[in-house]
Amino acid sequence: MLHDADRIFTNLYGLSDWRLRGARKRGDWDGTKAILEKGRDWIVEEIKESGLRGRGGAGFPAGMKWSFMPKESDGRPHYLVVNADEGEPGTCKDREIIRHDPHKLLEGALLAGFAMGANTAYIYIRGEFHAEAQRLQVAIDEARKAGLIGGNACKSGWDFEIYLHHGAGAYVCGEETALLESLEGNKGQPRMKPPFPANAGLYGCPTTVTNVETVAVAPEILRRGADWFASLGRPKNTGTKLFCISGHVNLPCTVEEEMGVPLRELIEKHAGGVRGGWDNLMAVIPGGCSTPLIPKSVCDNVLMDFDSLREVQSGLGTAAVIVMDKSTDIVRAIARFSKFYKHESCGQCTPCREGTGWLWRMMEKLVEGDARIEDIDMIEEVTRQIEGHTICALGDAAAWPIQGLIRHFRPELERRIGIHDLTITAPAGGYDEDIPEDISEAV
Amino acid sequence: MPKITINHMEIEVDSGLTVLQACEIAGIEIPRFCYHERLSISGNCRMCLVEMEPSPRPVASCAMPVADGMVVYTNTPMVKKARKSALEFLLINHPLDCPICDQGGECDLQDITMAYGADQSRFQENKRAVAEKDLGPLVATAMTRCIHCTRCVRFSTEVAGVEEMGATGRGENTEVGTYVEMAVSSEMSGNMIDLCPVGALTSKPYAFTARAWELRHTETVDVLDAVGSNIRVDSRGNEVMRVLPRLNEDINEEWISDKTRFSYDGLKRQRLDRPYVREDGRLREASWEEAFAAIAGRIAAIKGAKGQKIAAIAGDLACCESIQALKDIMNAFKSPHMDCRQDGAMLDPAARAGYLFNTSISGIEHADLCLLIGVNPRIEAPLINARLRKRFLMGSFSVALVGAKVDLTYAYEYLGSGPRTLEQILSRSHMFAELMDAANRPMLILGQGALARADGAAVLAAARDLADQFAMVSHDRNGFNVLHKAAARVGAMDLGFVPGEGGRDVAGILDGAASGELEVVYLLGADEIDTTFLDPAFVIYQGHHGDAGAAAADVVLPGAAYTEKDATYVNTEGRVQQSRLAVHPPGQARPDWMVLRALSQALGQKAGYDTLEELRAQMIRSNAVFAELDVAAADRTAKTKWAAFGAPGKMNGSPFADTVENFYMTDPIGRASETMARCTDTFIVPHLSITGTDG
Repeated sequence: MLHDADRIFTNLYGLSDWRLRGARKRGDWDGTKAILEKGRDWIVEEIKESGLRGRGGAGFPAGMKWSFMPKESDGRPHYLVVNADEGEPGTCKDREIIRHDPHKLLEGALLAGFAMGANTAYIYIRGEFHAEAQRLQVAIDEARKAGLIGGNACKSGWDFEIYLHHGAGAYVCGEETALLESLEGNKGQPRMKPPFPANAGLYGCPTTVTNVETVAVAPEILRRGADWFASLGRPKNTGTKLFCISGHVNLPCTVEEEMGVPLRELIEKHAGGVRGGWDNLMAVIPGGCSTPLIPKSVCDNVLMDFDSLREVQSGLGTAAVIVMDKSTDIVRAIARFSKFYKHESCGQCTPCREGTGWLWRMMEKLVEGDARIEDIDMIEEVTRQIEGHTICALGDAAAWPIQGLIRHFRPELERRIGIHDLTITAPAGGYDEDIPEDISEAV
Repeated sequence: MPKITINHMEIEVDSGLTVLQACEIAGIEIPRFCYHERLSISGNCRMCLVEMEPSPRPVASCAMPVADGMVVYTNTPMVKKARKSALEFLLINHPLDCPICDQGGECDLQDITMAYGADQSRFQENKRAVAEKDLGPLVATAMTRCIHCTRCVRFSTEVAGVEEMGATGRGENTEVGTYVEMAVSSEMSGNMIDLCPVGALTSKPYAFTARAWELRHTETVDVLDAVGSNIRVDSRGNEVMRVLPRLNEDINEEWISDKTRFSYDGLKRQRLDRPYVREDGRLREASWEEAFAAIAGRIAAIKGAKGQKIAAIAGDLACCESIQALKDIMNAFKSPHMDCRQDGAMLDPAARAGYLFNTSISGIEHADLCLLIGVNPRIEAPLINARLRKRFLMGSFSVALVGAKVDLTYAYEYLGSGPRTLEQILSRSHMFAELMDAANRPMLILGQGALARADGAAVLAAARDLADQFAMVSHDRNGFNVLHKAAARVGAMDLGFVPGEGGRDVAGILDGAASGELEVVYLLGADEIDTTFLDPAFVIYQGHHGDAGAAAADVVLPGAAYTEKDATYVNTEGRVQQSRLAVHPPGQARPDWMVLRALSQALGQKAGYDTLEELRAQMIRSNAVFAELDVAAADRTAKTKWAAFGAPGKMNGSPFADTVENFYMTDPIGRASETMARCTDTFIVPHLSITGTDG
């Protein structure tokens, strides 16, 4: 379990002052100038050595991403764009950072921006985070007033402006290129890559889009040193991470833990355990609704980090742990996700636009069992036809939960089809003794 | 140059190409829906996916730039499966109504499905249906068929410059259309029909009239403006069914204007299909012999030098053959009274460079500044405007306008309304002169609105001065351009169909006819003149439509329209092009040169040619430019001489007028067309200032 001394987000629950004075007490904005004076290469190297991986879901090494920015400007400005469009169902970590520890984010933005040669940062905040956006704006204003950002930020000689931009409620705008489109005032639809944002991003200029949490942990890493951060967690999965635990647990919460913490420990120590005890667990979605679920048998031993979860054919994603106990209609739960993806597909590219609707409709049928056994393989194949064939990862995200369901709960799907078949082919009077009245009871 | 391996075949291609283009160079077909050479890349149809090492997932070849050492496969199971799935997804919500779809037989989705698709569907749900959109009188919609490739959106935004199309909604509820229900107000909207890979956007006038495989294709040129767009006329039997663009990078690329595309129904209405002779004030049907006899009789009745009493005006659609033939007849009578400048434009026949679009249309792309003088290219030549816009979008191109303020679809600097501004630039008291000095490859475009006025010759000379002063003309380029509106104009100028010594121009002919000094006036398809002046004279009208000229005529000789004859036209760039006969002229109408050849015999002045070839040889003797086909003046080996033209003099201060009121009805064909009438109703009438007395 993570020692309190190793916690980065010391005001995660808003127990103390979120404003500049309180933040300074907690150590934010301490020695920022000294860090800046060590130069951009040092910062990037330090982040690389810390092993920090992007906290937005994909887990791309942050230092490497920052180093993709051109070393010298070719005349175009560089931009840092902070992705605060936290929309992944089950995820509520960036929101906590913004409302209780906004100065961590701002200081991180300055350091990251400086490391990328950017004088401007845009924070693209989810439109629904109205109160959070107001609070963040207050934080920006007081930081500017205190000379921490703005011209000659922290007296380092580096000019750095931070602008806040509200999203308008589209899930896909959390995808980095769609976010840039939206930020530019266009319809939020992902762009083709290449060119990658580091070459041509916002307004065609070198841009790095990075998650709130990734940025917010950077100052602490730079202050305490890469070795400290790397000493936490497991190799290649270092540091601490905010986990958002929701669903059928006794105490849903967002908590900072060491990477690689066992899932069972995470749930039982921080979330008060699964409702009805660990044995009542059916499955867990470990990283937000885009990651495939893992059944209890896997949950028993799995560690919560990028590589461990990949080994069990799921992913850490945003570390939004959605716990489902045995009362869950698992098929319906996944069908609900399918509806979400169908609703949030931007409609730009074919497989996602047409495929997500198809998947949802078939999932609805599977909920009722109104399908043929072959349809399970067909829906599986359709997810494979979407996965990897789309412009952005929303297609993959729509495919994976269904793949996870079929991988682990195929008997349940077949059982429903069997019951449904019997219902419709049953002679008058039916097979009363074989058919439970309520399907969900039989689960 | 990057080396790339496609299907184990190594090829070297230019850097900056995409993998799809490289595959095409290698002769490998990549199916695609959204990709189009002339539009920006959107990469949304996912049909062009290919396998690329070491990527575990297929990549969209249309958007992937080639890089050295790339290894690409287009025939692996992964690619085949990707194509099959993309098609399956496209088809799940696409109605299988091919038998009643106008696109049937020339549908990309049909063709590609045949080649790469599966043979059955696994989709068991209900299909999506989308409400129709009203895009105006030209483009019919069946939006349920739309596959969201967004070609139409990109075309209207990028090429046509009207940001009226777009996709609303998202996911499977995405709908392509105009945001608010409205007609697409572009002169080039018809091109969206060609671009649409499915039957979502089809031609409204052509709807359900023919099937693609029934049509005979004739490759010819358009004459409804002076651009000379290359077109394909599709006919069935002896009827023109539709007009489509033909690829010509130097002229129209692959676009045509709506007038060019949709005027064809005018070819079937108001046609002159037999000769008429006026008797007792009314035109009656007559035979060719009667008509010729009436003309011969009237000319024989002229007392004194016949040449001084006869005049001829060539119209805007006349072909070079008929102009040459008519000129021969006029010469035989020693008449100097002939003119082709119906609008009174003060074009100077003295120097060819003085009435040509010397830069050439494709040359616009190399210019870095353009000064528009008394011209609205968007209306007078939409394709040239599209080229200007294309150049504008490339960046570093300043455009300025002197004349009536109009919407050109791109930003320009408005300098002033009339000749005063030209004088200021010439005297360098106008700021814009500095910009012109700084430009490396400046050009100017002089419109008919600046020339068709009393001081036109002085404006022409002033424009020539501008070209000289700002170094627009050098040994390898000429930035001086005259933009014509009439397809016949340059050809007629080249053939010298202008007043000879002591001859009258159009205004002079009209005056002469009104005063009785001229007794016979020959109108070769001339309809754009005030025919009331002609009343006292004996008027012969040769043409294909019963328009203003025919109504004023004493003898009507039916000729052929541009789709009905092998004829020569010279476009505004000085490019000599030939049209081909697609259908035969109706009734007793005949190709115009034959009519004039027969008339010359009836008049006892038998022409020196018996065949079209002999007549064309005569044209070449008149002007050697006719020997070289399909070459713009700018690209000829014999450069156009930069001689003196225009008449330096005082210009009056009145503003340059906008010369086209109604884009859709600039010629007899357009005026006879129902489609053009509907366009006028939709696009023109609402913008006219209507008073309470207009009903």
